[in-house]
Amino acid sequence: MEVNVVCTFCGSVCDDGIFDTEKFKTKRLCKLGSSKFSKKERIKSPMIDGKEVSYEEAIAKAAEILVNAKRPLLYGWASTVNEAIRLGIILTEKVRGVYDQCASVCHAPSILAVIEEGLPAGTLGSIKNRADVVVFWGCNPMEAHPRHGMRYSISAKGLLVKDRKERKVIVVDVRETRTARQADLFVQVKPGYDYLVFSALRAIISGNADVVPDEVGGVSKDKLIELADIMKNAKYGAILYGLGLTQSRGRDRNVENAIKLIQLLNRYTRWVILPMRGHYNVTGAGEVPAWECGYQYAIDFSRGYPRFYPNEFSAVEVLKRGDCDAALIIASDPVAHFPKEAVKKLKEIPVIQIDPFPNMTTLVANVVIPSAIYGLEAEGTAYRMDVIPIRVKKIIDTEYWSDEKILEELLKKVEELMG
Amino acid sequence: MLITGRTLDQGATVEEKLTEEYFKAVSYVELSEEDFNALNLQEGDRVKVKTDFGEVVVFAKKSNLPKGLAFIPMGPYANQVIDPATDGTGMPQYKGVKAVIEKTDENVKSVKELLEAI
Repeated sequence: MEVNVVCTFCGSVCDDGIFDTEKFKTKRLCKLGSSKFSKKERIKSPMIDGKEVSYEEAIAKAAEILVNAKRPLLYGWASTVNEAIRLGIILTEKVRGVYDQCASVCHAPSILAVIEEGLPAGTLGSIKNRADVVVFWGCNPMEAHPRHGMRYSISAKGLLVKDRKERKVIVVDVRETRTARQADLFVQVKPGYDYLVFSALRAIISGNADVVPDEVGGVSKDKLIELADIMKNAKYGAILYGLGLTQSRGRDRNVENAIKLIQLLNRYTRWVILPMRGHYNVTGAGEVPAWECGYQYAIDFSRGYPRFYPNEFSAVEVLKRGDCDAALIIASDPVAHFPKEAVKKLKEIPVIQIDPFPNMTTLVANVVIPSAIYGLEAEGTAYRMDVIPIRVKKIIDTEYWSDEKILEELLKKVEELMG
Repeated sequence: MLITGRTLDQGATVEEKLTEEYFKAVSYVELSEEDFNALNLQEGDRVKVKTDFGEVVVFAKKSNLPKGLAFIPMGPYANQVIDPATDGTGMPQYKGVKAVIEKTDENVKSVKELLEAI
């Protein structure tokens, strides 16, 4: 039987996939989406120190670790649904731990920039229907969000912008990516010079081209003027940016300068800016704590109330400093994606993992709790990258518990132990 | 100058990290043709990537990068050599780290060996 599937891989959360329940195969989805719904190795059963146990036993052990820890780190949350994240915040508050999420090593600098500048954003729908100029800055959707271009931003057929011919696509990057090969204009910037290029564009657009030198960050002044002209003359423009801005020199300041450029462009025409979010619900991992306690990441509850300070409470900083004595890792794999200085600490402390798949964190985890795959075996709500909530579906039955059920039981057990 | 980032193959294997496919998808460095030839490399040769923060042995691949730029897919190999400082943001510097790259006879570690060595 063929049924509709909502993809739970990247932040595009494509809602038009088709899943064949007999063949266990998807149609319409990209390489990433098809891999998400293909059969692969799962964590077979809950485990304590490598020994197979029941869900109840594993959850009891996990609760004991969290309650006995002075300050546990509860990290991950990007590949799970809002309902589970909500319970995660309550649990972190209860055990007086630190809540942090995958954006911490992804779009956290965007969050800091938005706190300073606000976010003149639109939805992917508005970009599809209206944007006659799209600038991909430091992102490579052809590899990270393969259907984004087709559905919203490159060849998408919109209401007002009818096809690829009516849309100008510009790529700004340090290398000629697969996305750059689709562009009408490719602007190659030297690594770490994005901030300066934004400043140069702001100067040109505000009528101060005379102060801009002949070359900025490896880009000639002529090319900058060409780019500035295209931007100023757009009817509706969008900058879609990625980790090229947030993970390189300048980080949050790069994004701040990009937003300032958008603010300036909005004096002449209509422009929006959006981060290209990675995991399907990394947006929710920030939005849910924001509506629960006011902050998006790096939140410490050790005093019983939430405090936000990334320099101290982000996962990488907490681990590097050794400021936690246990960790619960859910729906992510920090052992594969954190710098080795942070991974070292994870090897030393008790680690609880909740995840459908074995990964590098499984190798250091003391308690492993396998979970159902959202979008396939469990349902819930996720925020697409433009903060539009989308319901992801349950298609097949499973013996695995959902993150929501695991956390509910874990919370009960913790409350029991704490009295 | 070393940068890291996503690739299609890295993404497609990211939920199967203990497999050969994931190992293949993340244990290489892309170099410009000029740098590749200057190091006298053949496709599949191994190189040692050294930065102020660590070193790692990976396979070398030729690509269309500009001269002086190197790219390792995000993952455990890249994380041996990136800058862990977050400048107060929580975000390590995964892109734009100065690196020295040289040909080597040493083996490329498996994902598990890499973790054991930390």
